[in-house]
Amino acid sequence: MLRIDNLQAGIEEKQILKGINLDIKPGEVHAIMGPNGSGKSTLASVLAGRQDYEVTGGSVTFEGKDLLELSPEERAGEGVFLSFQYPVEIPGLSTTNFIKTAVNEVRKYRGQEQLDAVSFLKLMKEKMALMEMDQAMLSRSLNEGFSGGEKKRNEIFQMAMLQPKLAILDETDSGLDIDAIRIVANGVNKLRNENNAVLVITHYQRLLDYLVPDFVHVLYKGRIVKSGTKELALELEKKGYDFIKNEIGVEEDV
Amino acid sequence: MSTVDYYIEQLNTIQAAKQDSPLAPVRKSALDTFTNMGFPTSRNEEWKYTRIGSIFKKEFRLQNEDITSFNQSSIDAVRLPGHENANELVFVNGRYSEEFSKIISDEIIVTSLEAAASDEYADIVKAYFNSSSKYLKDGINALNAAYAQGVFIYVPKAKVVPHPVYIYNIVDAVADAVCALPRCLVYVSEAAEVSFVETYATLGASESITNQVTEIIVAENANVSYCKIQNDNSKASQVSTTHIHQVGKSYAETVTISLDGGIVRNNLNIVMGAAHSEAHMYGLYFQNGESHIDNHTIVDNVMPHCQSNELYKGILNDRSTGVFNGRIYVRQDAQKTNAFQSNKNILLGENATVNTQPQLEIFADDVKCSHGCTVGSLDEEGIFYLQSRGIPKEVAMSLLLQGFALDILEKIKIEHIRTYVQELIAARLTTQI
Repeated sequence: MLRIDNLQAGIEEKQILKGINLDIKPGEVHAIMGPNGSGKSTLASVLAGRQDYEVTGGSVTFEGKDLLELSPEERAGEGVFLSFQYPVEIPGLSTTNFIKTAVNEVRKYRGQEQLDAVSFLKLMKEKMALMEMDQAMLSRSLNEGFSGGEKKRNEIFQMAMLQPKLAILDETDSGLDIDAIRIVANGVNKLRNENNAVLVITHYQRLLDYLVPDFVHVLYKGRIVKSGTKELALELEKKGYDFIKNEIGVEEDV
Repeated sequence: MSTVDYYIEQLNTIQAAKQDSPLAPVRKSALDTFTNMGFPTSRNEEWKYTRIGSIFKKEFRLQNEDITSFNQSSIDAVRLPGHENANELVFVNGRYSEEFSKIISDEIIVTSLEAAASDEYADIVKAYFNSSSKYLKDGINALNAAYAQGVFIYVPKAKVVPHPVYIYNIVDAVADAVCALPRCLVYVSEAAEVSFVETYATLGASESITNQVTEIIVAENANVSYCKIQNDNSKASQVSTTHIHQVGKSYAETVTISLDGGIVRNNLNIVMGAAHSEAHMYGLYFQNGESHIDNHTIVDNVMPHCQSNELYKGILNDRSTGVFNGRIYVRQDAQKTNAFQSNKNILLGENATVNTQPQLEIFADDVKCSHGCTVGSLDEEGIFYLQSRGIPKEVAMSLLLQGFALDILEKIKIEHIRTYVQELIAARLTTQI
């Protein structure tokens, strides 16, 4: 589904990703872990098409297409979804109006008919229930004045509405209490099937208790330095990232 | 002959025919002021960014006769939605046209200023006509008063006018360049309620300037709402003055929507002359091309315990220019004043500019006043967020801008008009962003 080959990218003059290789197949959950500044969020941003980053080498293929050639909205149309670490507040745009526009734009891209009002409402109600959201929340301006937990629930609600093939969850657990993490992770689990995949980016093991990964990769200084199964995440949690540094013998920058 | 002399000559002719009018002394004195001051230059601080003198270099015709060559279809073309259930006042080239106007509410009286000045309303006219000149000491305001052919609108005590009052300012610039000088004096009596919607339309391809003065007096427990929609062509400039004087504890609300035109200058004054009065002033300007919008507002807190709230938002595209100047006076007696002001701007065009200036002059010590202004570009992170959900960039920008405009548009109470303005803005967002 997603194939990342020797991906190099940076911002302005600074090289952040120094050759990432990753292969994600349908039905899989991959977790990328790593210390602050290792390039986790950069990877998520580059995959979603954020303009601030410049790709300097390598390739990303999604379902056979060159992902890097596509605009952010085309990537969404193809089925890539990024759950933002910091969802943006948009004053004056209701969540309902926003998600309706998004759903229909994505459908247009995929050559599907626009959803009529009845079908849209039905779909929305179903997904609201999944994320334990109420109508009042959807009538409010998008993310404006939402708590951290509400914002992240809203992200997964959008994911549920757009039904992506690949969901990238960028530190979806940050700033959430344990109840909110459970709601968010349960939502994602219910959306999983053999045709879609999830890439979870996180600092901590705790989200992975609920959202169990098939593969865990450790990102360090712009490279994946170690890959393993879910046990690797537990080991990291216990020993900290220093153990990786020692194991691979990376020298600290001065 | 300078253009000032040209206008003086025309005004002398117009005034000569009405020398016996009770308004003659005010007109004469205004003409003296205009003669002394001429048109403001950019050296005048209040006109620094709006070079109105450059417009008046031209000799525009002042309308001195009744309009004859005008037909109903020209009016129909500019009518606003909901007009079937509205009172409609039509000005053509600055002169009130009884023929084309339509009054459907019994609760409102409309008569010429001339007639009002000599009948039962004489005291009101005497007390309040041209009271805006105290705040606007320049040749522009004087030019209008020297002409003063307008109407007097009276809402009697405790009358709630069930239909809104639509005012159309039409300029017939088909044959030649015209300067229209419409004038209204409105008196909203004790416990009365009325709402106005005003708009502007220039016909023909010649240049025009509308220099308008509307003075609204609001008595005890009265409620007035006033909405102005400016969406004229790029050769149509205007100076539009709205002067609201709350003489009793009352409520006033204004919404000013400025979308198109040449050089557009709005003067909005609210004089809070009675304790416990409340006023809200909202504005939205969305300019493109080379258009210029200038909103000068004054809130004068004369008496204590008044509340005013002002929010103006602007979107400036292409090479358009914007000016916001918000002055708040809190006089020595105006203790416990609450006055808020905010001006927010989004610059879309790289060559668009805005000058924003709040000015607070506070002479009382127990007051709450705040002001703030922002100038920025559209939020890139917001655009990316929407794009990442499959929404194309242009649609994303349009949604963000509609969201920005929303809290002003929501303040338009008349649903027909709110929908109309929303559609104008949506259409502009689809075609021009």
